Amino acid sequence: MNIIEVKNLSYSYQHFDDEGNLIESAPALLEINLDIPKGQFVAVLGHNGSGKSTLAKHLNGILKPTKGGVCVNKMDVNDETLIYDIRQTVGMVFQNPDNQIVASTVEEDVAFAPENLGLEPKEIRLRIDKAMKTVGIYEFRRHAPHRLSGGQKQRVAIAGVIAMEPECLVLDEITAMLDPKGRKEIMNTVEKLNREKGITVILITHYMEEAVNSDRVLVMDKGRIIMDGTPKQIFSRVETLKNVGLDVPPVTELMHLLSQSGLKVKNDVINEEECVEELLRLTELYKPTN
Amino acid sequence: MCRGVVKINRVIQTDELTHKYSLGTPFESTAVDGLSFSVEKGEFIGIIGHTGSGKSTLIQHLNGLLKPTDGYVIINGRDIWSKKVNIKEIRFEVGLVFQYSEHQLFEETVFKDIAFGPKNMGLSQEEIEQRVLDAACAMGIDESWLSRSPFDLSGGEKRRVALAGVISMRPTVLILDEPAAGLDPQGRKTVLSKISQYHKSSGITVLLISHSMDDIVKYADKVLVMENGKLHSFETIEKVFSHSHNLEKIGLDLPQTTKIAMRLKEKGLDLGDGLYTVSKLAQKFLERIGKV
Repeated sequence: MNIIEVKNLSYSYQHFDDEGNLIESAPALLEINLDIPKGQFVAVLGHNGSGKSTLAKHLNGILKPTKGGVCVNKMDVNDETLIYDIRQTVGMVFQNPDNQIVASTVEEDVAFAPENLGLEPKEIRLRIDKAMKTVGIYEFRRHAPHRLSGGQKQRVAIAGVIAMEPECLVLDEITAMLDPKGRKEIMNTVEKLNREKGITVILITHYMEEAVNSDRVLVMDKGRIIMDGTPKQIFSRVETLKNVGLDVPPVTELMHLLSQSGLKVKNDVINEEECVEELLRLTELYKPTN
Repeated sequence: MCRGVVKINRVIQTDELTHKYSLGTPFESTAVDGLSFSVEKGEFIGIIGHTGSGKSTLIQHLNGLLKPTDGYVIINGRDIWSKKVNIKEIRFEVGLVFQYSEHQLFEETVFKDIAFGPKNMGLSQEEIEQRVLDAACAMGIDESWLSRSPFDLSGGEKRRVALAGVISMRPTVLILDEPAAGLDPQGRKTVLSKISQYHKSSGITVLLISHSMDDIVKYADKVLVMENGKLHSFETIEKVFSHSHNLEKIGLDLPQTTKIAMRLKEKGLDLGDGLYTVSKLAQKFLERIGKV
């Protein structure tokens, strides 16, 4: 069953000149077709301006398609009466934690959304405690959010979203402002939510290593999805990725260099273990025979 | 005051620099703890450490935005908090570029934004213009952009305008807090390589805070590692990576290539120390299997 269905989606941002006339601008999204099954972990790559965030904002109705349609659990995002159900189904977290925190203590902040759902106070308490424990910020629940580190703040933002108990999380470069430790905390949290709670994750990122463990990688360029496959399928195409301004993980780059030097290298190496294994295999393979 | 003779080439020197936030309250916390180090003219220093390790607090001392609770900051041979020193001059000497510097753009045109600093220095119009053009050129900003609004530019371009706005003051030290954060791989490369080129052509001293070990090893000569407000180590790149496990111990992320070299060594394939770039590792490996 697909949680997200995107059909022929095109979108253009509208600009107006000083007289208020509409200026046509190049479409930010062009004929996107995409089905995401429930429980999938999808990484979306692409350079700035490739349309990643514009696509993300269609998935819970922040933006409305110029052409085509988007359905979340069969609910059409163009249907205004369904918008609250849609936003409860698909939660979004953005890059800058400071822009997403509204309350003066962590638990109040996490409670903001469930309060707005009109839940019983008892139920709110249960949900926010659960959410805070899931992302590991329970011990900071009475702290002021602005005193927390970036990674902690971002976990507060995630807790605030999962307290709504969404089925799908859209995460738009949520680790971009964090240090490696913060990034690891967040990635562990997100992977856990996907694995243990079965939440569908759509992760927009510039960090290739965050895409390596996903089920599926989408590469966007100029408003289109130009590649769609498993991490191994995508990262083995080093040249194509470089042509659209993306990096490959260092291990893949290493294998690429070795293969250019004439070694017979496996081209689907994407993580450290595989890399170490492959290098050891090559050492055996090219052992001097005498 | 500072001990010993101040070497003329020493651009930055701190002596037992300590900073405590919320001093005298129950919330008192020591962000920087007894830091002594010095930087020579023209060096490119990488600063690494966790969030909360004191990096940002440290750099805000180097141009006098924060006053030490204890200890000294000496810039170009002068104690910046002595009565004889005008702190405003120090801020022209030490250019500080914060994270997400594009948020600080505010003028109507790119030109005006870059000119803001030099204007405040009270320079002549002619001089201001020259400096804007030089700074724009150094950051790869096309002259045709100068009359445009900075808000029409892309994220990476805005970032470079903000950088030009600092280097137009021709500081002797440039301090950058995560200048490539949040940019895509292409934008990262452009911003960092412009900084590196400017460092080489102008001989300016650069301090670069980055969480990306890969960026640090690519551009910096030396690495200053902060941990819990203290100076963990301050060594050349080669030295730091000759004992990589020390960095791993304090939870810093090593370049992936270094990790691979360490794992290979454990498995009996020792390619040597200090392997922190992909091309170096590839070369060593090819040499080892006799393919070079």
